Amino acid sequence: MRESKPSHVRTVIAYIVLILLAFLCLFFFYVLLVNCTRDHISIQKGFSAIPGDHFITNYKNVLADANVPILSGLKNSLIVSGLAALFATYFSCMTAYGIYAYDFKLRKFAFVFILLIMTMPTQVTALGFIKLVEKMSLLDTLFPLFVPSIAAPVVFYFMYSYMQSSLPMELVEAARIDGSNEMHTFNFIVLPLMKPAIAVQAIFTFVSNWNNYFMPALVLTSKNKQTLPILIAALRSADFLKFDQGKVYMLITTAIVPIIIIYILLSKYIVSGVTLGGVKG
Amino acid sequence: MNNKKGKSISYARWGYVFIFPFFLIFAVFQLYPLITTVYYSFFEYFRSGLMFIGPKFVGIDNYIEIFKADLPKYMSNTMIMWIAGFIPQIVISLILAAWFTDTRLKIKGKQFFKVVIYMPNLIMASAFAMLIFALFSDGGPINGILMNLGIIKSGQPIRFLSSVVGTRSLVALMNFMMWFGNTTIMLMAAVMGIDPALFEAAELDGCNHKQIFFRITLPLIRPLLVYTLITSMIGGLQMFDVPQILTNGKGSPNRTSTTMIMYLNNHLFSKNYGMAGAVSVFLFVICAILCVVVYNSFNSDTDENITGKRKKNKRGARK
Repeated sequence: MRESKPSHVRTVIAYIVLILLAFLCLFFFYVLLVNCTRDHISIQKGFSAIPGDHFITNYKNVLADANVPILSGLKNSLIVSGLAALFATYFSCMTAYGIYAYDFKLRKFAFVFILLIMTMPTQVTALGFIKLVEKMSLLDTLFPLFVPSIAAPVVFYFMYSYMQSSLPMELVEAARIDGSNEMHTFNFIVLPLMKPAIAVQAIFTFVSNWNNYFMPALVLTSKNKQTLPILIAALRSADFLKFDQGKVYMLITTAIVPIIIIYILLSKYIVSGVTLGGVKG
Repeated sequence: MNNKKGKSISYARWGYVFIFPFFLIFAVFQLYPLITTVYYSFFEYFRSGLMFIGPKFVGIDNYIEIFKADLPKYMSNTMIMWIAGFIPQIVISLILAAWFTDTRLKIKGKQFFKVVIYMPNLIMASAFAMLIFALFSDGGPINGILMNLGIIKSGQPIRFLSSVVGTRSLVALMNFMMWFGNTTIMLMAAVMGIDPALFEAAELDGCNHKQIFFRITLPLIRPLLVYTLITSMIGGLQMFDVPQILTNGKGSPNRTSTTMIMYLNNHLFSKNYGMAGAVSVFLFVICAILCVVVYNSFNSDTDENITGKRKKNKRGARK
């Protein structure tokens, strides 16, 4: 019984630390949400915890500003992130299945190779990448931003691990006996079984592409092709202090809130997906 | 009719079909760019006004120049900001992981806390940096709150972004916030993978929670700690969005928060391909070494699966 008292104290300390950390994580976003409902003058006057009533006005102001084409930004971000998620998950499943299900000569080599490049940042080849995109005359198009996600080592590794735990080869063999060819087996028997893994990885790929700033900023030059992070960065380089603060906060909100909504709806799967895949960033 | 062996040989080539798209795209969009990057690093090749100078072969001159001039400084900036974020990140994550998995502490709302602390990881780094910039600017809400609380005098705001420590701390704070939730969840999974019998035995033997943490938990999750350290280091080398937006690409004050990728980015934007190549190759070499370390850190875990002893072995080893 001597044990119970100290662990009581520890529980209280744990709660205090956890609440402080949760406060830290939520506070900044709370300020963001409050400030996107207030107008420039009242934001300048000082912080208030109570939301204002300028949400709609701020939103209209952002829409009306030709320098920050937010609708086309949203559209471009959606296209890039959506297609990247689709490509990354489908082709990673395919690659993982190739290595999981078939015993070919280069199998081990292919596997080790993908694991080796798994944590290699794409930035180190940015120069060659940009020159290549230029040569293909694909600069200022969205293609170079989602086509490379066909080769996504991290997603591959996740899919491979998932297959190991939940794709019995007997099933594939049964399909063969039924006369299903290999491509058909993959598309109609293996893929449906991979749904949970695909969902988790689709979310992660979507989010990381939605947030990506480095590559899009190098590839996309014209305003109406740019994705949201570039528009936000442009906001910073404009004369910030003269800028309508209500608009600034509104633009940040537009970039962040869709992801937060997705996250709140799917947080259970996302949080448990973190550990399954292993590597991130 | 056919024997089993013949059958499996006829299927083997399908393996190549399935992995073909991956390797094709990899070769075109990563391997080939890597080769050209290395190639350009040996050339004088830059834009001056509307004219391109070069490409002219200059050997390792570009490398000599980046090392003589700015790269060491930017490397130390990057390391300082990474370490300043990583130390609190790993300490807090270890403590939280230990608390969350300690059965004697009955923490309620674990799921809620996990969801909240992981959230910043999914936030767009550039938007987050923009938000922090707006909040911590001289006339921003943080200074406003501090004035209301009487901590600082009105009219004398703390100028966070004009001081070296202020800017670097904000970058470190953001990196900490974006990654501690992720690390906590990873470490928790590792702690929960430890055989509970070990903890029970230790408790029966009268170990207190400190002894259990330092003698059992910590040594057993060491492989994952190494993995976290190395992947975080690779992540740190890539540090770009946050300081770029926070300082408007200038690394102000006086380029003390310019990171290596920001340096690379500047060269790419000014179309100085020779120098950009040299910086890239330098980064590539460091990352390649770190990649091999990462590979080795879970090599033992995955290697045996591919050589045949599949599934059962791995699960057995983990439990």
